[in-house]
Amino acid sequence: MTDAISHARGSARAVLEGPDINRALIRISHEILERTKGAEDIVLLGIPTRGVHLARRLAAYVKQFEGRSVPVGSLDVTMYRDDLRLRPARALGRTELPADGIDGRVVVLVDDVLYSGRTVRSALDALNDLGRPQAVQLAALVDRGHRELPIRADYVGKNLPTSKSEIVKVYLEENDGRDAVLLLKEDDK
Amino acid sequence: MKRHLISAADLSRDDALLILDTADELAKISERSIKKLPTLRGRTVVNLFFEDSTRTRISFEAAAKRLSADVINFSAKGSSVSKGESLKDTALTLEAMGADAVVIRHGASGAPHRLAGWVRGSVVNAGDGTHEHPTQALLDAFTMRRRLGPLDGRRVTIVGDVLHSRVARSNVLLLSTLGAEVTLVAPPTLLPVTVDSWPCEVSYDLDTVLPKSDVVMMLRVQRERMNAAFFPTEREYSRRYGLDRDRVAKMHDDAIVMHPGPMNRGMEIAAEVADSPRSTIVEQVANGVTTRMAVLYLLLGGADLGGEIQ
Repeated sequence: MTDAISHARGSARAVLEGPDINRALIRISHEILERTKGAEDIVLLGIPTRGVHLARRLAAYVKQFEGRSVPVGSLDVTMYRDDLRLRPARALGRTELPADGIDGRVVVLVDDVLYSGRTVRSALDALNDLGRPQAVQLAALVDRGHRELPIRADYVGKNLPTSKSEIVKVYLEENDGRDAVLLLKEDDK
Repeated sequence: MKRHLISAADLSRDDALLILDTADELAKISERSIKKLPTLRGRTVVNLFFEDSTRTRISFEAAAKRLSADVINFSAKGSSVSKGESLKDTALTLEAMGADAVVIRHGASGAPHRLAGWVRGSVVNAGDGTHEHPTQALLDAFTMRRRLGPLDGRRVTIVGDVLHSRVARSNVLLLSTLGAEVTLVAPPTLLPVTVDSWPCEVSYDLDTVLPKSDVVMMLRVQRERMNAAFFPTEREYSRRYGLDRDRVAKMHDDAIVMHPGPMNRGMEIAAEVADSPRSTIVEQVANGVTTRMAVLYLLLGGADLGGEIQ
Protein backbone atom coordinates (compact mmCIF):
# COMPACT_ATOMS: atom_id res chain seq x y z
CA MET A 1 0.00 0.00 0.00
CA THR A 2 2.78 2.40 0.85
CA ASP A 3 4.09 1.76 -2.66
CA ALA A 4 0.81 2.90 -4.10
CA ILE A 5 0.92 6.02 -1.95
CA SER A 6 4.44 7.01 -2.95
CA HIS A 7 3.71 6.14 -6.57
CA ALA A 8 0.69 8.40 -6.61
CA ARG A 9 2.23 11.21 -4.63
CA GLY A 10 2.73 13.39 -7.71
CA SER A 11 -0.86 14.36 -8.35
CA ALA A 12 -2.58 12.80 -5.33
CA ARG A 13 -4.24 15.23 -2.97
CA ALA A 14 -4.74 14.26 0.65
CA VAL A 15 -8.30 15.17 1.59
CA LEU A 16 -8.17 13.80 5.11
CA GLU A 17 -4.99 12.78 6.83
CA GLY A 18 -4.01 11.26 10.16
CA PRO A 19 -6.22 12.54 12.96
CA ASP A 20 -8.73 14.11 10.52
CA ILE A 21 -10.36 10.73 10.05
CA ASN A 22 -10.82 10.19 13.76
CA ARG A 23 -12.20 13.72 14.16
CA ALA A 24 -14.78 12.94 11.51
CA LEU A 25 -15.62 9.65 13.24
CA ILE A 26 -15.97 11.37 16.62
CA ARG A 27 -18.46 13.79 15.09
CA ILE A 28 -20.39 10.95 13.45
CA SER A 29 -20.56 9.02 16.72
CA HIS A 30 -22.02 12.11 18.45
CA GLU A 31 -24.54 12.48 15.64
CA ILE A 32 -25.53 8.83 15.97
CA LEU A 33 -25.99 9.26 19.73
CA GLU A 34 -28.03 12.40 19.23
CA ARG A 35 -30.23 10.99 16.52
CA THR A 36 -30.88 7.61 18.13
CA LYS A 37 -31.19 9.18 21.60
CA GLY A 38 -28.41 7.28 23.30
CA ALA A 39 -27.80 4.49 20.80
CA GLU A 40 -29.79 2.04 22.86
CA ASP A 41 -30.93 -0.36 20.17
CA ILE A 42 -28.34 0.16 17.50
CA VAL A 43 -26.11 -2.31 15.71
CA LEU A 44 -23.16 -1.10 13.64
CA LEU A 45 -22.60 -3.17 10.51
CA GLY A 46 -19.46 -2.43 8.52
CA ILE A 47 -19.16 -3.32 4.86
CA PRO A 48 -15.82 -5.15 4.33
CA THR A 49 -13.07 -4.40 4.42
CA ARG A 50 -12.62 -0.82 5.54
CA GLY A 51 -16.21 -0.27 6.62
CA VAL A 52 -15.69 -2.89 9.31
CA HIS A 53 -12.69 -1.04 10.77
CA LEU A 54 -14.65 2.22 10.71
CA ALA A 55 -17.60 0.56 12.44
CA ARG A 56 -15.29 -0.72 15.20
CA ARG A 57 -13.85 2.75 15.72
CA LEU A 58 -17.32 4.28 15.88
CA ALA A 59 -18.35 1.71 18.47
CA ALA A 60 -15.29 2.56 20.55
CA TYR A 61 -16.18 6.28 20.51
CA VAL A 62 -19.81 5.58 21.39
CA LYS A 63 -18.59 3.53 24.34
CA GLN A 64 -16.22 6.32 25.37
CA PHE A 65 -18.91 9.01 25.28
CA GLU A 66 -21.93 7.11 26.47
CA GLY A 67 -20.42 4.16 28.35
CA ARG A 68 -22.54 1.82 26.27
CA SER A 69 -21.20 -1.12 24.30
CA VAL A 70 -22.68 -1.22 20.84
CA PRO A 71 -22.68 -4.50 18.94
CA VAL A 72 -20.53 -4.43 15.80
CA GLY A 73 -20.69 -6.81 12.87
CA SER A 74 -19.69 -7.05 9.25
CA LEU A 75 -21.92 -7.48 6.24
CA ASP A 76 -20.46 -8.79 3.00
CA VAL A 77 -22.56 -7.82 0.00
CA THR A 78 -20.63 -9.60 -2.78
CA MET A 79 -23.30 -12.21 -3.48
CA TYR A 80 -25.93 -9.46 -3.80
CA ARG A 81 -24.09 -7.14 -6.19
CA ASP A 82 -25.65 -6.24 -9.52
CA ASP A 83 -22.30 -6.00 -11.32
CA LEU A 84 -21.13 -9.59 -10.74
CA ARG A 85 -21.41 -10.35 -14.45
CA LEU A 86 -19.10 -7.47 -15.34
CA ARG A 87 -15.99 -8.80 -13.63
CA PRO A 88 -14.46 -12.20 -12.83
CA ALA A 89 -15.87 -13.85 -9.72
CA ARG A 90 -14.42 -12.27 -6.62
CA ALA A 91 -13.56 -13.66 -3.22
CA LEU A 92 -16.18 -13.30 -0.55
CA GLY A 93 -15.78 -11.05 2.47
CA ARG A 94 -16.89 -11.91 5.95
CA THR A 95 -20.42 -11.63 7.26
CA GLU A 96 -20.63 -11.70 11.03
CA LEU A 97 -23.72 -10.61 12.87
CA PRO A 98 -23.83 -9.83 16.58
CA ALA A 99 -25.18 -12.73 18.64
CA ASP A 100 -28.56 -11.03 19.22
CA GLY A 101 -29.11 -10.55 15.51
CA ILE A 102 -30.65 -7.48 13.90
CA ASP A 103 -34.38 -8.02 14.38
CA GLY A 104 -36.01 -4.90 15.79
CA ARG A 105 -32.69 -3.03 16.00
CA VAL A 106 -31.61 0.17 14.32
CA VAL A 107 -28.89 -0.97 11.94
CA VAL A 108 -26.28 1.61 10.97
CA LEU A 109 -24.46 0.49 7.83
CA VAL A 110 -20.90 1.82 7.74
CA ASP A 111 -18.82 2.15 4.57
CA ASP A 112 -15.74 4.12 3.63
CA VAL A 113 -16.85 5.73 0.37
CA LEU A 114 -20.38 6.41 -0.84
CA TYR A 115 -20.43 6.67 -4.63
CA SER A 116 -23.04 5.17 -6.98
CA GLY A 117 -25.12 3.79 -4.11
CA ARG A 118 -25.11 0.31 -5.58
CA THR A 119 -23.16 -1.23 -2.74
CA VAL A 120 -25.70 0.16 -0.30
CA ARG A 121 -28.54 -1.25 -2.38
CA SER A 122 -26.85 -4.67 -2.23
CA ALA A 123 -26.45 -4.26 1.51
CA LEU A 124 -30.17 -3.53 1.90
CA ASP A 125 -30.95 -6.73 -0.03
CA ALA A 126 -28.54 -8.70 2.12
CA LEU A 127 -30.14 -7.33 5.30
CA ASN A 128 -33.51 -8.48 4.01
CA ASP A 129 -32.30 -12.08 4.07
CA LEU A 130 -30.80 -11.76 7.54
CA GLY A 131 -33.68 -10.34 9.51
CA ARG A 132 -35.98 -7.38 9.94
CA PRO A 133 -34.36 -4.31 11.45
CA GLN A 134 -36.57 -1.60 12.90
CA ALA A 135 -34.73 0.95 10.74
CA VAL A 136 -31.59 1.14 8.63
CA GLN A 137 -29.28 4.15 8.56
CA LEU A 138 -26.12 4.81 6.61
CA ALA A 139 -22.80 6.27 7.67
CA ALA A 140 -20.03 6.97 5.15
CA LEU A 141 -16.59 8.42 5.78
CA VAL A 142 -16.59 10.13 2.37
CA ASP A 143 -19.52 11.00 0.13
CA ARG A 144 -18.14 11.65 -3.32
CA GLY A 145 -21.45 12.09 -5.14
CA HIS A 146 -22.49 10.65 -8.54
CA ARG A 147 -25.37 8.61 -7.17
CA GLU A 148 -27.06 6.21 -9.54
CA LEU A 149 -29.80 5.22 -7.11
CA PRO A 150 -32.05 7.22 -4.76
CA ILE A 151 -29.85 6.61 -1.72
CA ARG A 152 -28.43 9.13 0.73
CA ALA A 153 -26.26 8.87 3.82
CA ASP A 154 -27.52 9.81 7.30
CA TYR A 155 -24.01 10.51 8.59
CA VAL A 156 -21.15 11.75 6.42
CA GLY A 157 -17.55 12.30 7.48
CA LYS A 158 -16.69 14.51 4.53
CA ASN A 159 -18.61 15.62 1.47
CA LEU A 160 -16.13 15.50 -1.36
CA PRO A 161 -17.14 16.88 -4.76
CA THR A 162 -15.30 14.77 -7.34
CA SER A 163 -15.26 14.25 -11.04
CA LYS A 164 -16.04 10.75 -12.27
CA SER A 165 -12.53 10.44 -13.63
CA GLU A 166 -11.07 10.87 -10.15
CA ILE A 167 -10.45 8.08 -7.68
CA VAL A 168 -10.96 8.25 -3.94
CA LYS A 169 -8.64 5.99 -1.93
CA VAL A 170 -9.13 5.38 1.75
CA TYR A 171 -6.24 4.09 3.83
CA LEU A 172 -6.82 2.95 7.39
CA GLU A 173 -4.28 2.15 10.07
CA GLU A 174 -5.75 -1.33 10.71
CA ASN A 175 -5.44 -2.31 7.07
CA ASP A 176 -2.86 -0.10 5.42
CA GLY A 177 -0.65 1.18 8.22
CA ARG A 178 -1.78 4.79 7.98
CA ASP A 179 -4.90 6.93 8.06
CA ALA A 180 -5.58 8.97 4.93
CA VAL A 181 -8.12 9.76 2.25
CA LEU A 182 -6.50 10.59 -1.09
CA LEU A 183 -7.97 11.99 -4.26
CA LEU A 184 -6.20 10.67 -7.36
CA LYS A 185 -6.49 11.31 -11.06
CA GLU A 186 -7.52 8.23 -13.02
CA ASP A 187 -4.14 7.72 -14.66
CA ASP A 188 -2.47 7.48 -11.23
CA LYS A 189 -4.45 4.37 -10.39
CA MET B 1 -9.54 -20.16 -12.06
CA LYS B 2 -10.12 -22.20 -15.21
CA ARG B 3 -13.55 -22.24 -16.79
CA HIS B 4 -14.15 -25.93 -16.13
CA LEU B 5 -13.56 -28.21 -13.19
CA ILE B 6 -12.62 -31.55 -14.70
CA SER B 7 -9.76 -32.71 -12.53
CA ALA B 8 -8.44 -31.85 -9.09
CA ALA B 9 -5.13 -31.32 -10.89
CA ASP B 10 -6.67 -28.27 -12.62
CA LEU B 11 -6.64 -26.45 -9.31
CA SER B 12 -3.62 -24.48 -8.21
CA ARG B 13 -3.03 -24.11 -4.49
CA ASP B 14 -4.51 -20.59 -4.65
CA ASP B 15 -7.59 -21.81 -6.53
CA ALA B 16 -8.16 -24.60 -4.05
CA LEU B 17 -7.78 -22.28 -1.07
CA LEU B 18 -10.12 -19.74 -2.71
CA ILE B 19 -12.78 -22.42 -3.10
CA LEU B 20 -12.36 -23.60 0.51
CA ASP B 21 -12.42 -20.04 1.89
CA THR B 22 -15.50 -19.22 -0.18
CA ALA B 23 -17.16 -22.39 1.10
CA ASP B 24 -16.32 -21.30 4.66
CA GLU B 25 -18.29 -18.10 4.17
CA LEU B 26 -21.12 -19.90 2.39
CA ALA B 27 -21.42 -22.42 5.22
CA LYS B 28 -22.97 -19.65 7.30
CA ILE B 29 -25.82 -19.37 4.79
CA SER B 30 -26.86 -22.91 5.64
CA GLU B 31 -27.35 -21.85 9.25
CA ARG B 32 -29.71 -19.01 8.35
CA SER B 33 -33.46 -19.23 8.15
CA ILE B 34 -33.34 -17.95 4.56
CA LYS B 35 -30.84 -20.24 2.84
CA LYS B 36 -30.85 -18.53 -0.51
CA LEU B 37 -28.72 -16.02 -2.35
CA PRO B 38 -29.68 -14.17 -5.54
CA THR B 39 -26.21 -14.55 -7.05
CA LEU B 40 -26.91 -16.91 -9.97
CA ARG B 41 -30.42 -15.65 -10.76
CA GLY B 42 -31.24 -16.26 -14.41
CA ARG B 43 -28.45 -18.80 -14.91
CA THR B 44 -29.15 -22.39 -15.86
CA VAL B 45 -27.33 -25.41 -14.48
CA VAL B 46 -27.91 -28.80 -16.10
CA ASN B 47 -27.30 -31.95 -14.10
CA LEU B 48 -26.41 -34.48 -16.77
CA PHE B 49 -26.29 -37.89 -15.12
CA PHE B 50 -25.44 -40.94 -17.18
CA GLU B 51 -24.87 -43.00 -14.02
CA ASP B 52 -27.25 -43.14 -11.10
CA SER B 53 -26.17 -41.06 -8.16
CA THR B 54 -28.96 -39.56 -6.16
CA ARG B 55 -26.60 -38.29 -3.48
CA THR B 56 -24.33 -36.28 -5.76
CA ARG B 57 -27.17 -35.07 -7.96
CA ILE B 58 -29.27 -33.66 -5.13
CA SER B 59 -26.16 -32.12 -3.61
CA PHE B 60 -25.46 -30.21 -6.83
CA GLU B 61 -29.14 -29.42 -7.18
CA ALA B 62 -29.36 -27.98 -3.67
CA ALA B 63 -26.18 -25.97 -4.26
CA ALA B 64 -27.46 -24.46 -7.52
CA LYS B 65 -30.87 -23.69 -6.05
CA ARG B 66 -29.41 -21.96 -3.00
CA LEU B 67 -27.68 -19.63 -5.43
CA SER B 68 -31.01 -19.07 -7.27
CA ALA B 69 -29.92 -20.79 -10.49
CA ASP B 70 -32.46 -22.72 -12.54
CA VAL B 71 -31.74 -26.44 -12.46
CA ILE B 72 -32.54 -28.96 -15.16
CA ASN B 73 -32.03 -32.60 -14.24
CA PHE B 74 -31.22 -34.82 -17.16
CA SER B 75 -31.01 -38.50 -16.48
CA ALA B 76 -29.78 -40.72 -19.30
CA LYS B 77 -32.26 -43.46 -18.46
CA GLY B 78 -35.40 -43.08 -20.51
CA SER B 79 -33.91 -40.22 -22.50
CA SER B 80 -32.78 -40.18 -26.13
CA VAL B 81 -29.43 -41.47 -24.90
CA SER B 82 -31.01 -44.88 -24.38
CA LYS B 83 -32.21 -44.59 -27.99
CA GLY B 84 -28.62 -44.22 -29.14
CA GLU B 85 -28.00 -40.48 -29.08
CA SER B 86 -24.33 -39.59 -28.75
CA LEU B 87 -22.81 -37.49 -26.01
CA LYS B 88 -22.04 -34.79 -28.53
CA ASP B 89 -25.64 -34.51 -29.72
CA THR B 90 -26.83 -34.38 -26.13
CA ALA B 91 -24.29 -31.63 -25.51
CA LEU B 92 -25.48 -29.61 -28.50
CA THR B 93 -29.07 -29.94 -27.30
CA LEU B 94 -28.10 -28.57 -23.90
CA GLU B 95 -26.17 -25.81 -25.59
CA ALA B 96 -29.24 -24.83 -27.58
CA MET B 97 -31.24 -24.69 -24.35
CA GLY B 98 -28.79 -22.16 -22.97
CA ALA B 99 -27.07 -24.13 -20.22
CA ASP B 100 -24.53 -21.95 -18.40
CA ALA B 101 -23.03 -24.94 -16.63
CA VAL B 102 -23.22 -28.67 -17.13
CA VAL B 103 -22.60 -30.97 -14.20
CA ILE B 104 -21.80 -34.35 -15.67
CA ARG B 105 -21.57 -37.84 -14.20
CA HIS B 106 -20.52 -40.45 -16.72
CA GLY B 107 -19.32 -44.03 -16.62
CA ALA B 108 -16.52 -43.34 -19.09
CA SER B 109 -13.33 -41.72 -17.87
CA GLY B 110 -12.72 -38.59 -19.91
CA ALA B 111 -16.35 -37.87 -20.88
CA PRO B 112 -16.39 -34.46 -19.09
CA HIS B 113 -13.18 -33.53 -20.88
CA ARG B 114 -14.79 -34.28 -24.24
CA LEU B 115 -17.94 -32.40 -23.25
CA ALA B 116 -15.92 -29.31 -22.37
CA GLY B 117 -14.89 -29.06 -26.00
CA TRP B 118 -18.50 -29.01 -27.20
CA VAL B 119 -20.30 -26.60 -24.90
CA ARG B 120 -19.91 -22.91 -24.26
CA GLY B 121 -20.75 -23.11 -20.55
CA SER B 122 -18.65 -24.43 -17.68
CA VAL B 123 -18.32 -28.17 -17.22
CA VAL B 124 -18.13 -29.64 -13.74
CA ASN B 125 -17.03 -33.25 -13.41
CA ALA B 126 -19.31 -35.05 -10.96
CA GLY B 127 -17.46 -38.34 -11.38
CA ASP B 128 -16.23 -39.97 -14.58
CA GLY B 129 -15.57 -43.68 -14.63
CA THR B 130 -12.61 -44.56 -12.45
CA HIS B 131 -10.92 -41.24 -13.23
CA GLU B 132 -11.88 -38.33 -10.97
CA HIS B 133 -14.46 -36.71 -8.74
CA PRO B 134 -12.97 -33.31 -7.90
CA THR B 135 -15.86 -31.80 -5.92
CA GLN B 136 -15.78 -34.84 -3.61
CA ALA B 137 -12.09 -34.14 -2.96
CA LEU B 138 -12.89 -30.49 -2.28
CA LEU B 139 -15.63 -31.33 0.20
CA ASP B 140 -13.33 -33.82 1.90
CA ALA B 141 -10.57 -31.21 2.18
CA PHE B 142 -13.13 -28.72 3.47
CA THR B 143 -14.29 -31.20 6.11
CA MET B 144 -10.69 -31.92 7.20
CA ARG B 145 -9.91 -28.23 7.40
CA ARG B 146 -12.95 -27.56 9.58
CA ARG B 147 -11.98 -30.33 12.01
CA LEU B 148 -8.18 -30.02 11.94
CA GLY B 149 -7.25 -26.56 10.67
CA PRO B 150 -4.78 -25.99 7.82
CA LEU B 151 -3.77 -29.16 5.99
CA ASP B 152 -0.06 -28.50 5.53
CA GLY B 153 1.88 -31.43 6.93
CA ARG B 154 -1.26 -33.34 7.96
CA ARG B 155 -1.18 -37.09 7.37
CA VAL B 156 -4.09 -38.53 5.45
CA THR B 157 -4.52 -42.26 4.95
CA ILE B 158 -6.84 -43.49 2.22
CA VAL B 159 -7.83 -47.13 2.60
CA GLY B 160 -9.43 -49.56 0.19
CA ASP B 161 -10.23 -49.95 -3.46
CA VAL B 162 -7.94 -47.28 -4.91
CA LEU B 163 -7.99 -48.97 -8.31
CA HIS B 164 -11.64 -48.19 -9.01
CA SER B 165 -11.84 -45.06 -6.90
CA ARG B 166 -12.13 -41.67 -8.54
CA VAL B 167 -12.48 -40.26 -5.03
CA ALA B 168 -9.03 -41.54 -4.08
CA ARG B 169 -7.39 -40.16 -7.22
CA SER B 170 -8.91 -36.69 -6.83
CA ASN B 171 -8.09 -36.66 -3.14
CA VAL B 172 -4.45 -37.58 -3.68
CA LEU B 173 -4.05 -34.76 -6.22
CA LEU B 174 -5.86 -32.11 -4.21
CA LEU B 175 -4.40 -33.01 -0.83
CA SER B 176 -0.85 -32.95 -2.15
CA THR B 177 -1.59 -29.51 -3.68
CA LEU B 178 -2.73 -28.42 -0.23
CA GLY B 179 0.43 -29.72 1.41
CA ALA B 180 -0.90 -32.85 3.14
CA GLU B 181 0.98 -36.15 3.11
CA VAL B 182 -1.16 -38.92 1.68
CA THR B 183 -0.66 -42.66 2.22
CA LEU B 184 -2.70 -45.16 0.26
CA VAL B 185 -3.39 -48.49 1.94
CA ALA B 186 -4.83 -51.30 -0.15
CA PRO B 187 -4.26 -54.87 -1.23
CA PRO B 188 -1.76 -54.85 -4.13
CA THR B 189 -4.50 -56.04 -6.50
CA LEU B 190 -6.55 -52.92 -5.82
CA LEU B 191 -3.83 -50.41 -6.64
CA PRO B 192 -3.44 -49.02 -10.16
CA VAL B 193 -0.13 -49.80 -11.90
CA THR B 194 0.60 -46.09 -12.26
CA VAL B 195 0.41 -45.45 -8.52
CA ASP B 196 4.20 -44.98 -8.38
CA SER B 197 3.84 -41.71 -10.23
CA TRP B 198 1.21 -40.35 -7.82
CA PRO B 199 2.29 -37.82 -5.19
CA CYS B 200 1.74 -40.18 -2.25
CA GLU B 201 3.09 -43.12 -0.24
CA VAL B 202 1.77 -46.66 -0.57
CA SER B 203 1.45 -49.30 2.12
CA TYR B 204 -0.18 -52.73 2.34
CA ASP B 205 -0.47 -52.76 6.12
CA LEU B 206 -3.15 -50.63 7.72
CA ASP B 207 -2.11 -51.27 11.34
CA THR B 208 1.32 -49.69 11.01
CA VAL B 209 -0.04 -46.56 9.32
CA LEU B 210 -2.93 -45.87 11.68
CA PRO B 211 -1.01 -44.46 14.70
CA LYS B 212 0.51 -41.63 12.65
CA SER B 213 -2.61 -40.67 10.71
CA ASP B 214 -4.61 -37.48 11.30
CA VAL B 215 -7.31 -38.59 8.90
CA VAL B 216 -8.34 -42.09 7.90
CA MET B 217 -10.54 -42.15 4.83
CA MET B 218 -12.27 -45.44 4.11
CA LEU B 219 -13.31 -46.16 0.53
CA ARG B 220 -16.35 -48.17 -0.36
CA VAL B 221 -15.74 -51.68 -1.62
CA GLN B 222 -17.47 -51.38 -4.97
CA ARG B 223 -19.07 -54.78 -5.19
CA GLU B 224 -20.47 -53.92 -8.63
CA ARG B 225 -16.91 -53.59 -9.95
CA MET B 226 -15.55 -56.69 -8.20
CA ASN B 227 -15.72 -58.76 -11.35
CA ALA B 228 -12.29 -60.31 -10.88
CA ALA B 229 -10.58 -61.99 -7.94
CA PHE B 230 -9.20 -58.84 -6.33
CA PHE B 231 -9.23 -60.40 -2.88
CA PRO B 232 -10.07 -63.91 -1.63
CA THR B 233 -13.19 -63.25 0.44
CA GLU B 234 -15.08 -60.29 1.84
CA ARG B 235 -14.31 -61.63 5.31
CA GLU B 236 -10.60 -61.55 4.70
CA TYR B 237 -10.76 -58.06 3.21
CA SER B 238 -12.71 -56.87 6.20
CA ARG B 239 -10.22 -58.44 8.61
CA ARG B 240 -7.18 -56.84 6.95
CA TYR B 241 -8.54 -53.52 5.74
CA GLY B 242 -11.79 -52.92 7.61
CA LEU B 243 -11.91 -50.19 10.27
CA ASP B 244 -13.27 -51.59 13.50
CA ARG B 245 -13.14 -50.50 17.13
CA ASP B 246 -9.76 -52.13 17.81
CA ARG B 247 -8.15 -50.35 14.90
CA VAL B 248 -9.69 -47.00 15.85
CA ALA B 249 -8.09 -47.44 19.29
CA LYS B 250 -4.69 -47.28 17.59
CA MET B 251 -5.41 -43.84 16.15
CA HIS B 252 -4.48 -40.74 18.11
CA ASP B 253 -7.22 -38.91 19.98
CA ASP B 254 -7.89 -36.09 17.52
CA ALA B 255 -7.77 -38.20 14.36
CA ILE B 256 -10.94 -38.35 12.29
CA VAL B 257 -12.61 -41.04 10.20
CA MET B 258 -14.07 -40.20 6.80
CA HIS B 259 -16.07 -42.08 4.20
CA PRO B 260 -17.43 -40.71 0.93
CA GLY B 261 -20.56 -42.86 1.19
CA PRO B 262 -22.54 -44.93 0.57
CA MET B 263 -21.07 -47.24 3.23
CA ASN B 264 -21.05 -51.00 3.45
CA ARG B 265 -21.45 -51.19 7.21
CA GLY B 266 -19.57 -54.17 8.61
CA MET B 267 -17.45 -54.49 5.47
CA GLU B 268 -14.95 -51.62 5.17
CA ILE B 269 -16.21 -49.83 8.27
CA ALA B 270 -17.83 -51.11 11.46
CA ALA B 271 -21.20 -49.59 12.31
CA GLU B 272 -20.01 -48.34 15.71
CA VAL B 273 -17.08 -46.52 14.05
CA ALA B 274 -19.34 -44.97 11.42
CA ASP B 275 -21.60 -43.59 14.17
CA SER B 276 -18.83 -42.43 16.52
CA PRO B 277 -17.99 -38.75 17.15
CA ARG B 278 -14.75 -39.19 15.18
CA SER B 279 -16.71 -39.94 12.06
CA THR B 280 -17.42 -37.01 9.73
CA ILE B 281 -19.66 -38.95 7.37
CA VAL B 282 -22.79 -36.87 7.96
CA GLU B 283 -20.83 -33.60 7.97
CA GLN B 284 -19.38 -34.54 4.60
CA VAL B 285 -22.88 -34.57 3.11
CA ALA B 286 -23.70 -31.09 4.43
CA ASN B 287 -20.29 -29.78 3.42
CA GLY B 288 -20.88 -31.17 -0.07
CA VAL B 289 -23.64 -28.64 -0.69
CA THR B 290 -21.56 -25.75 0.62
CA THR B 291 -18.46 -26.70 -1.35
CA ARG B 292 -20.44 -27.15 -4.55
CA MET B 293 -22.02 -23.74 -4.01
CA ALA B 294 -18.53 -22.28 -3.84
CA VAL B 295 -17.51 -24.05 -7.06
CA LEU B 296 -20.64 -22.94 -8.94
CA TYR B 297 -20.26 -19.38 -7.67
CA LEU B 298 -16.62 -19.13 -8.71
CA LEU B 299 -17.26 -20.69 -12.13
CA LEU B 300 -20.51 -18.87 -12.92
CA GLY B 301 -20.76 -15.91 -10.57
CA GLY B 302 -18.45 -13.62 -12.48
CA ALA B 303 -18.20 -12.30 -15.99
CA ASP B 304 -18.88 -14.70 -18.83
CA LEU B 305 -15.50 -14.92 -20.45
CA GLY B 306 -16.99 -16.21 -23.69
CA GLY B 307 -15.82 -19.76 -24.27
CA GLU B 308 -15.48 -20.95 -27.83
CA ILE B 309 -17.04 -24.03 -29.29
CA GLN B 310 -14.70 -26.33 -31.11
